[in-house]
Order: sequence, then structure tokens, then C-alpha cells
Amino acid sequence: MIEQPISGPTVGHPLVDNAKMSMRDVNVFYGDKQAIFGVDLDIAENQVIAMIGPSGCGKSTFLRSLNRMNDTIDICRVEGTLKLDGQDIYDPKLDVVPLRARVGMVFQKPNPFPKSIYDNVAYGARIHGLVSRRTELDEIVETSLQKAGLWNEVKDRLDEPGTGLSGGQQQRLCIARTIAVSPEVILMDEPCSALDPIATAKIEELIAELSENYTIAIVTHSMQQAARVSHRTAYFHLGKLVEVNETEKVFTNPDHELTEAYITGRFG
Amino acid sequence: MDKLHFNEHISKRFNEDLEDLKSQLLEMGGVVEQQTINAVKAIIGADSDLAEKVIAVEDDVDKREVNLDEQCTLVLARRQPAASDLRMVVSVIKITRDLERMGDEAQKIAKMAIQLTESGASPHGYVEIRHIAAIVQQMVNDTLDAFARYDVAMALKVAKQDKTVDQEYASAMREMATFMMEDPRSISRVMNVIWALRALERIGDHAMNIAEHVIYLVEGLDVRHNTASEIEEQLAKR
Repeated sequence: MIEQPISGPTVGHPLVDNAKMSMRDVNVFYGDKQAIFGVDLDIAENQVIAMIGPSGCGKSTFLRSLNRMNDTIDICRVEGTLKLDGQDIYDPKLDVVPLRARVGMVFQKPNPFPKSIYDNVAYGARIHGLVSRRTELDEIVETSLQKAGLWNEVKDRLDEPGTGLSGGQQQRLCIARTIAVSPEVILMDEPCSALDPIATAKIEELIAELSENYTIAIVTHSMQQAARVSHRTAYFHLGKLVEVNETEKVFTNPDHELTEAYITGRFG
Repeated sequence: MDKLHFNEHISKRFNEDLEDLKSQLLEMGGVVEQQTINAVKAIIGADSDLAEKVIAVEDDVDKREVNLDEQCTLVLARRQPAASDLRMVVSVIKITRDLERMGDEAQKIAKMAIQLTESGASPHGYVEIRHIAAIVQQMVNDTLDAFARYDVAMALKVAKQDKTVDQEYASAMREMATFMMEDPRSISRVMNVIWALRALERIGDHAMNIAEHVIYLVEGLDVRHNTASEIEEQLAKR
């Protein structure tokens, strides 16, 4: 097994020309403990970036800092510059509610509200005041469910509880709920880890379709999934961003020895 | 230590799978290398018994090819290898193919040896065969060494030798044409020598292909369809 201290800058191409989100020198702390060390990374518009790395490497922490989900943890502190379309998302004057509409999130376990399928999808549009008429809301619910590939399966039972759907359907419902508020970026934190292979395949197919119109950042423990769905792959190790490259390159000929060791199963 | 770290997976069985692929490929390489040596010995020494043996080995080579392909498929299915592991499996699949084709060429040389022995061999062209065979056999040996040691410098050396073989082959062809013009009765025998020379030249090509696969395996750089100097340039840039 390979033990190598991490030193030096991120290898590969962490920065791009068409960045939707730009992060510079990001450090994240939980109390005294530092979880993320000086990460520079761009997330390209209408692309999927996969974040991979061993447990505890900071990939989820980093993902959560992209829409200030870390704000909910008292001891968590984020330093550095994080911009969405050039706008500082940690600007104290910025309201996080619209930010989280622009940067939506899908979690590991499907978490539908204990409401009907319809209300699950309509919820965001309602609280963000996106619609004034019921017909508009109906339209948002239908297109969101269609984009999430769930419409045909649920169109005749929109009044039934979202929690009655299968795990894979629930996850697609959560994706529909995220899409309903017209986000620009979708963050996904291991969205398939609780799903069977068929449901996983459907979500992966959906990610590919969504990437035509949305910018997506996905954290995954499945390296094959990262290889299948992403355009770029970022490898985190002990809180540092070790390598970012085209996914094709990362999985055939990574630049960093640690990335190679991780994706080939040489350390755990 | 294994410089591509093929023996350092968390899964020991994965280490063994890859080790197996490597050792079986090298065994197959050894068989084909010996086949080539014996085929040349048979033609120069007018030894049809030895030539028959070379032909008989072909079955074994074919079986090894099928077996290695099957094992590579299983590793792909079971392990979904990535990075150097993936390049290892892909390279083994390709090298196996080249080795099998080398075996076919050795078999052709052996068949020419039998025909030449039966027709009362003439010494015309044997100098050329011996000369090209010496270069090609060294290439085969070096290319297998390069694979065994993941040695890019050695692989590059093999790639460079291919041009020498091509030049020697072209010059041998001119010699053969001269023999045929000088003595038209020798045409059919000289033709057999030409076929053998051609087979040797092809073995050299396959040795070069293997060298390219070794470079891909070690460096992740696809250098096919390039001249040796272009390959050298690409390697120098890294």
C-alpha cells in the first residue's frame, strides 16, 4: 500500500475558462479542526464534476460549502472565496434562501416531505413565490417531474404521499423538487448510495440529461459512477484537492500517484 | 518492487489475477520466441523435422491466446480495473494478439523450410535470412524484456530497430531479384526465401507493436502509427 505525504499544489486542471462557480483558497474548519486545506477549483458551466476520495477526505464538506449548507453547523467556519457567476456567496449581505434555490441539493437518502407527490414538487416554487396561479404551478410540477424522468410513473397519483414511492422514485422526486425552483447548479451528495442498480442507472441517465441545462457537482463513493457520469473528476485526500482532470484521463492515466492508488484500490 | 505497483492492491486476489496475466503472457512470449528461433534454424539447417515441430507448437500458442483473452475478460468483468490496471489488461489483450500472429509467421517460415528442404535447398538468400533473423530475434527478446520490466527505454530501442529491419528487408529483396535474374531456374526456391524474409519482417513489426503497447502500459501514452523518432519526441515531452 502506498503512503505518501500530500504536498504541492493540485495537479491537472482545477481551473477552467467557463466557470459557473469559482472557489479560491477555500479552508473549512470544524472548531479547531481543519477539514479542507486551500482548495482552488472551478466548476464548469453545464458540466458534471465528480468529487471522489476516501471517507473523511472532505469531499462532502466541500460540496456543502458550495450552497452554505455548512452554515447550519455552528462550529463550522468557511474561509476563502466562493463565487457563483462572479458573486461572492459568503457575502454577509447575501440571503441564503435564494442562493439555495440557485444552488440546489440532492442528498444521500431520498428525503421527500410527508406530503403528496404534487406538494413535494410544488413546495419550493410556493415558498420562493415563483408562481401566482395554480395552472403555472401545475406546469412547473409536470415539467419538473418530466425532467426527473418520473412523470409517466406518477402522473395518475399526484395526490398520493411521496413517501409511498420506491427508493429510486423518491430520489427522482427529490431531484424534481430541486429542479422545480429552476436552480442553476445542482449538488448531489452520494445520490445513489441507497439505491439498487436499476434505480441507480436511471439516476445516472438523468444526470447526463440534466447536464445539458444544469451545472452539476456530485460526490460519490462509486468510482465507476464517477467514471460514467462526469466530465471532470476531482480527487480529494485528507482535506486537500490532489488532482482535477478530465474524467477520461483520471480513469485511464491519472497524473497523481495518490489518485492512481485510490481508483485502483491500492489503499483504503 | 513492482514499479507500477500491481502487487499492492487491497484485494490480494486482484494482485494474483494481474500477476497471472503477466506471467502467462511472458510464458506465451517465450514459446513464440523459441518458435521463431527454431523456424530460422530449420530453414538455414534444412531441418524439416525441426520445422514440423515449429508447426506443431502453433496449437499450443492458439490455446494460450484464447485462454489469456478469457482471463482478461474475467478481470474486466470482476474488477472493473482503472488506470494502470486497466492499461495492463488492455495491453495484455493486444500483446497476446501480436504474439499469436508472430507464431503464425514462424509457422510460415517453417513451411518454407520444409519446401526448400524437399526441393534441394540452395544457399541463395540464407545470408540475408540469418542477418535479418538476428536483428528480429533480438527485437522479440527485448520487447518481452521491456514488458517484463515495464522498461520504456528498452521498448523505444525495439521501435528504433524496426526501421533497420525494414531497410535490411528492402536490400535483401534487391539481392533476391538479382538471384532470380541471374538464374531463372532458382525462381521458385528464391520465392520461398522471399516468403521467409517477409515473415521475419512481419515478426519485427509485431515486436514493434508490442513495444508500443508497453509504452502505453507504462506511460499511458498511445504511440501507435508513429515513427520511432516521433515516439521518442513524445516521450521526451513528458
